[in-house]
Amino acid sequence: MSSFATIARLGVKELRSLASDRIMLVLILYVFSLGIYVAATVMPETLHNAPIAIIDEDASPLSARIASAFYPPHFQRPEMISLARLDPGLDEGTYTFILDIPPDFQSDLLAGRRPSVQLNVDANRVSQAFTGSAYIQAMVVQEVTTFLRRDRPAPPAPVDLVLRARYNPTLTESWFGAVMEIINNVTMLSIILTGAALIRERERGTIEHLLAMPVSPFEIMAAKIWSMGLVVLLAASCSLLIMARGVLGIPIAGSIPLFLFGAALNIFATTALGILIGTIARSMQQFGIVMILILIPLQVLSGGLTARDSMPELVQDLMMLAPTTHFVILAQSILYRGAGFDVVWSQLLGLFVIGAGFFSVTLWYFRKAMTNMA
Amino acid sequence: MTPPAIAAEAMAIRLVEVSLRYGKNLALDRVSLALPLGRITGLIGPDGVGKSTLFNLVVGARAVQDGQVEVLGGDIADPRHRIAICPRIAFMPQGLGRNLYATLSVVENMDFFARLFGQDRAERESRIDDLLASTGLLPFRDRPAGKLSGGMKQKLGLCCALIHDPDLLILDEPTTGVDPLSRVQFWDLVERIRAVRPGMSVVVATAYMEEAERFDSLVAINAGRVIATGTPQELLDRTGAATLEDAFIALMPEEQRRRHHAVMIQPRTVDSTVEVVIEAKGLTVRFGDFTAVDQVDFRIERGEIFGFLGSNGCGKTTTMKLLTGLLSASAGEARLFGRRVATVDMAMRRRVGYMTQGFSLYSELTVAQNLTLHAQLFGVSAAEVPGRVAEMADRFELAAEIESLPDTLPLGVRQRLSLAVAMVHKPELLILDEPTSGVDPIARDMFWQMMVDLSRNDLVTIFISTHFMNEAERCDRISLMHAGRVLVCDSPAGVIAGRGAASLEEAFIDYLTEAGGAETSGAKAPVEIVPPPATPAPVWRGFSPRRMWSYTRREGLELRRDPIRGTLALFGTVILMLIMGYGISLDVENIRFAVLDHDGTSLSRDYATTLSGSRYFSEQPPIADYADLDRRMASGELGLAIEIPPGFGRDIDRGMPVEVAAWFDGAMPQRGETIQSYVRAMHVSWLSETALRRSGTRPFFSPVEVEIRFRYNPEIVSIVAMVPALIPILLLMIPAMLTSLSVVREKELGSIVNLYVTPVTRAEFLIGKQIPYVLLGMVNFVLLTLLVTVVFGVQLTGSLAFLTVAAFLFILSATAIGLVMSTFMRSQIAAIFGTTIGTIVPAIQYAGLINPVSSLEGGGAIIGRIFPATYFLIISRGTFSKALGFVELWPSLLPIVASIVVLMTLCILLLKKQEG
Repeated sequence: MSSFATIARLGVKELRSLASDRIMLVLILYVFSLGIYVAATVMPETLHNAPIAIIDEDASPLSARIASAFYPPHFQRPEMISLARLDPGLDEGTYTFILDIPPDFQSDLLAGRRPSVQLNVDANRVSQAFTGSAYIQAMVVQEVTTFLRRDRPAPPAPVDLVLRARYNPTLTESWFGAVMEIINNVTMLSIILTGAALIRERERGTIEHLLAMPVSPFEIMAAKIWSMGLVVLLAASCSLLIMARGVLGIPIAGSIPLFLFGAALNIFATTALGILIGTIARSMQQFGIVMILILIPLQVLSGGLTARDSMPELVQDLMMLAPTTHFVILAQSILYRGAGFDVVWSQLLGLFVIGAGFFSVTLWYFRKAMTNMA
Repeated sequence: MTPPAIAAEAMAIRLVEVSLRYGKNLALDRVSLALPLGRITGLIGPDGVGKSTLFNLVVGARAVQDGQVEVLGGDIADPRHRIAICPRIAFMPQGLGRNLYATLSVVENMDFFARLFGQDRAERESRIDDLLASTGLLPFRDRPAGKLSGGMKQKLGLCCALIHDPDLLILDEPTTGVDPLSRVQFWDLVERIRAVRPGMSVVVATAYMEEAERFDSLVAINAGRVIATGTPQELLDRTGAATLEDAFIALMPEEQRRRHHAVMIQPRTVDSTVEVVIEAKGLTVRFGDFTAVDQVDFRIERGEIFGFLGSNGCGKTTTMKLLTGLLSASAGEARLFGRRVATVDMAMRRRVGYMTQGFSLYSELTVAQNLTLHAQLFGVSAAEVPGRVAEMADRFELAAEIESLPDTLPLGVRQRLSLAVAMVHKPELLILDEPTSGVDPIARDMFWQMMVDLSRNDLVTIFISTHFMNEAERCDRISLMHAGRVLVCDSPAGVIAGRGAASLEEAFIDYLTEAGGAETSGAKAPVEIVPPPATPAPVWRGFSPRRMWSYTRREGLELRRDPIRGTLALFGTVILMLIMGYGISLDVENIRFAVLDHDGTSLSRDYATTLSGSRYFSEQPPIADYADLDRRMASGELGLAIEIPPGFGRDIDRGMPVEVAAWFDGAMPQRGETIQSYVRAMHVSWLSETALRRSGTRPFFSPVEVEIRFRYNPEIVSIVAMVPALIPILLLMIPAMLTSLSVVREKELGSIVNLYVTPVTRAEFLIGKQIPYVLLGMVNFVLLTLLVTVVFGVQLTGSLAFLTVAAFLFILSATAIGLVMSTFMRSQIAAIFGTTIGTIVPAIQYAGLINPVSSLEGGGAIIGRIFPATYFLIISRGTFSKALGFVELWPSLLPIVASIVVLMTLCILLLKKQEG
């Protein structure tokens, strides 16, 4: 019987095994449906519900006007607090921003003395602190300017800057969150499904039963990769089409088949990685730890959480060896920016090379481990 | 069968109309019996007829469903009685060393059980020494249980069961898989102990009818029903049979009995051209410094049935794996069909059928699917497959069950299926590793008849390992293996004659005693067992630190015996901290931008220079046209594109309104926002610089100044904000993952039974298991804190003492999350998956690492608010960069403490002290 047929039969057996594990099916369903939804809707936009308080030492119409400029969804309704609450409010983490409007602010302004307001920011909340303070600054300036001009529009600046966001014009966070979550799930699931399942087979001794038959380690590995890869790919496709595009209404710019092709290459690499971990780890307990040690860097440093450009060069270079890095770039290019094959071919090539590399190393190691089973 | 009318108090065990179902399967069918005190009773019958189920009910490991189970004078369904008598019962479950811990040494295993029964140090030590001396295990006191031979494992199991002087000792198939000599020694030991403690009642399940002859009384069980009770002699008399095995067959229901025929063995016809099928010369396998197979030689001819005997762990299975090519030999060689066995020889594998111990069928495939899959894998041509499957189903009498799943079938049928699977490709050689363990006599005889037919009619060579002497007698030749060496290899009659023994069993015991040496010497000089104190100490029913500590010690020892895991857990966090601390950066820098300059004047170039001069931007080659712009942005090469219109410089000079257009990549919204504010700020600064140069005055574009004070982290460096926030995440994930397997692993491996049948409470069990991981977590905490302050240079400005207390509580909470997963899930895979989903995602996204929880929406916000990591994150940032301590941060401790209480309560509720 041809190797191809053997691989097909064994893969079907893997699928049947998975189908009989109900808890796993429920968990898979959860991560690709509700899990995506929660992750996507948690932060509708970059600056959302930022907690702010105002210390109004002026109590003038202008200070009231400034206070009323802050409202959801970007900010929470500002709380009016006393000066004494300034430090505790930031210390406890109740507020990210506290705007202090000094006494005689309005009269100083009208007298042309160019008064200043003080904005205290909890800079530990780096992203919110940065975006939010720019917002607040602009809002205060705008309110004061319109107050001075009695609500007449301001004259245009000598050179105007027209800034537009491309690919996600309203900078909606859920677009980003949903797709990145799908990518994270793809990685996690393909490692667990192949690696942990391999350890279970080893602990139960069914692997050696297979190896006593005319079945080679290559065939066993290929069967696991196609079957589990198919499950992950199907789950990811449904999640992208039903959850991301359907429920969450995220517009997908580029070609979905091209994206899925990239996803398949990525899964090829991650399932091989899963088998490698499952071969190296001697017990499920070791597998759990090793998996975390590999999964977290893959998720955190691939560019899906924070931008690659800001990482140290060394990290950027090392992460080029990770399939997820290429996959994140590819996913962002295709799904958001509508890039075609002419743009993403280098990522596809990268994924293929990494996948082939992982597969070869794993096969070598798996063969070695399997031919000397105790 | 009606139970004898004897008063309940004189009975050790009394069952009245007890039934039990597993789902649809009826395991016990209205069983009634009474076993008197102070006797040794045997439960006989094949595997899967309900013996183990009955034991589980009696020891309280499984809840009673129907009927009444009285043990030692009270109802076992009454929790108070169960707790009260628990220390008077000892249970040794089925399976070699199933309730032992493989990585723990002999002494450590015994010590673990002694502590569970609340014995103090002096008592523990004296009892352990006594038992070790009397069982001959003393020379092996420091050997890990996993490395003991089958017989020694069972002796250790017995020692562990006897450590607390039980009044009722329950042994579930204690000698299955043990060589004849160890079996004799085992029963001698039981006899000696009974002599010292005459009041002790012993109930034994066994599949060996020879052993059953020495018991006081017997209960024969078949298909969940008691089919006979009485002394061995009574059973023999009643059936008129010569042996108990025959008596049992006679007692079986008519319908089953009808299928039984005595095995007929035609003599082998040996023709002149002898073909050697298996040949081993000097075969040796070493694992490290352990020699599993030592210089083994044999030659097996075509059509021969070759029996392979010896205890578990003596090298039988290893030898079989060598022959199938699963292992390669360290020295010597094995030849099949005249060809050297190689690990990758597909052609040879097609000629061999292999049946592993414990029937490796795929439980998710039906009988037909199993047969078809195997036929296909062995390369039976597609056209032949259906015919072959039908032929096998017919030959092995599987036609009626062809669409069933293997797990629903009785063991005997499953074993026929396994043989059919091994035969489906018509191999010339069958290698069968203990195919008949635990199978009832009728099924075993059927099985043997099939093998004899295969050998005699089809000239299939059969290489079989077994523990049954009557099976060994049916082989053409047998060999006895011990500690990796073949002691004898001859025909059964030759073996008996060679030793001048009366039976094969006797001959073997003789060989084993001679070869035994150190391993069994202890048993030759029995030491008197010290009689126990008259009154056993009462069990403390409340929380017992000693019992808890017993689990702590055990879990800790297991962790120590697996240094890879501990090392990974410690260094893994350090590595992750380094990677994430340096890698996660919210600083947006080096944004690649390019300019589409339609103007090309010095002023337009000046605009671009303002951007490229900043560390936030790095300029790329200019953009040629709109197509170029689109392509370079789509590929992600450019984060920002600026278009300067034609006549830019001229129009500014004339004071006409000018528009600069800028596009930035919004695919990552957070980064987009930052780019946007950078560009705005740059634009304003360019305007003001330009005006300064032209008019000499710097214009103010706003009438008000906004002074921004970035507190705690004035440079807004990611590391300062991020690194202290990573401590909670790492202290959550690693301890949770470590604990997440602790309970479910015991469920999968079977040692969970120790929770069911010893006085340990659920809280003691869970907290005991948690402690080692909490300690490991604290070491992690110290490492991480050092890393943050020394390597990353982030100063701890607040209270270290408070941070430490909070970390301790947080780790308690993190390990409790792992325990919840572990008690809830049924498989290790699901526990790993569940823990990953339950920790990584919430910790990174909803606990405030990047966005404060108060800004979150929907489900994520709810998760963030109840997630303990959120609060420890506040504490960690507060103590590191905000110089805070207990006074300011104590409110954040409350949710963490609450989470510990909730999670541990949940664990205790999810964990059952009984099955079912």
